Amino acid sequence: MRTAKLLIASVLAFGLGIAAASAAETPKVPTQKWAHTGFFGTFDRAELQRGYQVYKEVCAACHAMHQIRFRNLAGIGLSEAEIAALAKEYEVTDGPNDEGEMFQRPARPADRFKSPFPNQQAARAANGGAYPPDLSLIAKNRVGGENYIYALLTGYKETPPAGVTVMEGMHYNEWFPGHQIGMAPPLSADRVTYADGTKATLEQHAHDVSVFLAWASSPHLEARNSLGLKVMLFLFILAGLLYATKRKVWRNIKH
Amino acid sequence: MAKYDYVPSPFMANSIVKWVDHRLPIFSLIDHELIKYPAPRNLNYLWNFGSLAGIMLVVMILSGIFLAMNYNPSTAGAFDSVERIMRDVNYGWLIRYIHMNGASMFFIVVYIHILRGLYYGSYKYPREILWWLGIVIFIAMMATAFMGYVLPWGQMSFWGATVITNLFSAFPIVGEHIVLWLWGGFSVDNPTLNRFFALHYLLPFVIAGVVLLHLWALHVHGSNNPLGIDAKGPQDKIPFHPYYTAKDAFGLAVFLIFYAYFVFFSPYSLGHPDNWIEANPLVTPAHIVPEWYFLPFYAVLRAVPDKLGGVLLMFGAIVILFLLPWLDTSRVRSARFRPVYRVFFWLFVICCLVLGYAGSQPAEGLPLILGQVATIWYFAHFLVFLPLLGWFERPLPLPASIAEPVLGGGKSGTVAASKPMEKA
Repeated sequence: MRTAKLLIASVLAFGLGIAAASAAETPKVPTQKWAHTGFFGTFDRAELQRGYQVYKEVCAACHAMHQIRFRNLAGIGLSEAEIAALAKEYEVTDGPNDEGEMFQRPARPADRFKSPFPNQQAARAANGGAYPPDLSLIAKNRVGGENYIYALLTGYKETPPAGVTVMEGMHYNEWFPGHQIGMAPPLSADRVTYADGTKATLEQHAHDVSVFLAWASSPHLEARNSLGLKVMLFLFILAGLLYATKRKVWRNIKH
Repeated sequence: MAKYDYVPSPFMANSIVKWVDHRLPIFSLIDHELIKYPAPRNLNYLWNFGSLAGIMLVVMILSGIFLAMNYNPSTAGAFDSVERIMRDVNYGWLIRYIHMNGASMFFIVVYIHILRGLYYGSYKYPREILWWLGIVIFIAMMATAFMGYVLPWGQMSFWGATVITNLFSAFPIVGEHIVLWLWGGFSVDNPTLNRFFALHYLLPFVIAGVVLLHLWALHVHGSNNPLGIDAKGPQDKIPFHPYYTAKDAFGLAVFLIFYAYFVFFSPYSLGHPDNWIEANPLVTPAHIVPEWYFLPFYAVLRAVPDKLGGVLLMFGAIVILFLLPWLDTSRVRSARFRPVYRVFFWLFVICCLVLGYAGSQPAEGLPLILGQVATIWYFAHFLVFLPLLGWFERPLPLPASIAEPVLGGGKSGTVAASKPMEKA
């Protein structure tokens, strides 16, 4: 139990220290313009599909998206046939079969996105000890959400500010807590070739993939907004009627 | 309480109602306690929050049952099952956001309800047991909310559970045994999650039971009121229905607008981003913080460098509420007639907000000092200011009756509930 106490004490001390340090070192990320924020926000399907392309061709080399299944891509505007064809590009392990053997088969729309590494240890081993986080919920589990993702992806500096030494294998990033990030700058101009002819600048890449990741974190955002507006409209009318009722009921009561 | 002339509602004349009521007087109960129940005529909108709290309990139980139908209480499956609710279960995101934000709404409502009681002296004679039962509900709510926050098995779930359960290890001799017993093992793990789930499902029904006792105690002497004086006669009271059902219904609609804003347009602003990362015992979050509604108590916990001292202070901050009816020595209930207490009440509110801020910050530098000052103030409010105020404060004259200020007439004199004095 003493170890548990020590653990807690050190956790608190260490955690609080880091938080203080990071709070002091990482300024608030700037807010970008998004189509999906606000009461009437909807995702831009073209941005989503370009963002998926960026994820698939760049991020997916290291980052898993465990919570997403191919069929979910209907949400970014892909048809059933497109999704089935896309899933087939991946081989997944299934089984055991009747002989008790595991076997490989082409992925189906119901399968999860294939993770680049079999487990976290393998992911760390291949990435200099740093774990490339799962991106399914990244827009929810980072302060600043998609604004943070955009800032991070565009926030690399080749030469760190004077007086800052970047450790071996690390990269300087203006927006990463502590500024030293294991991930090499993943995006650059023309990193992917957009099928729709959009000019593939660094900012465009970052914007599109941030939108895609925001969608992946909150795939029901559009349904939520649209239902929310109806609920609000209903509640405002209800509140008005109930207020009128209350006034009428109380009209003869002095209070 | 004033004698109230009971006239049965028309439905009581129905022959089936009569037949049932003769055997099980449930219709009499409804008619007496919900319809004709006499309530002071001057209750303001702050008296809505009791019924809102009751409604929130029902909302939480209902949404919680549907979540439980899709939840997998295991360390391997909890996080994914919650994500499945969010992504694949029909309207699962809605049920989850109702429940998740509902916890915050429940605490907002209950904190306002408690502060209303403090402002208008609702804890004083003859409502001490009513007040106690309220505190019991509050404590059970905190336990339920804490265990509920562990269930999604995110990073804050795990580390919050680790920190809070470890608090018990501060007690000498028995502490470490208690912690092992809570965990069901040697760390927060699968057995911990299982029992927290079981208790999280159980406690709301315990709360519902205590709520019934709370209502029972309430209905003995009836609601306090903004003037804090007892009803003198039938002119001071009006039947609960339709007056307060109408007023509560309007308040509910306004509250639901507030609630729905969070559910639909800002569903994760009240939580911590780290809880959307699956629990990992090997990676400590940068900054372990409880949910916002626990922050004041968290600040009290960290106000003293000694662990046992902090734990005792934190529990003391709640337990002291039980003594409030005797610590407040003034016989005047409502702060309306207590000019000095009114100031101290608002200072106490500020003190709680400062504690909340201090609890959200790392325990060092200015926030730590603020937290310590506010902790001292918190206890001084109950142990020093309230007892002394009763002796030194000169209350304003009380009206003769609840009806007098609105209806006029009656005696123009004051009731000698305390030393009546003219305005200083």
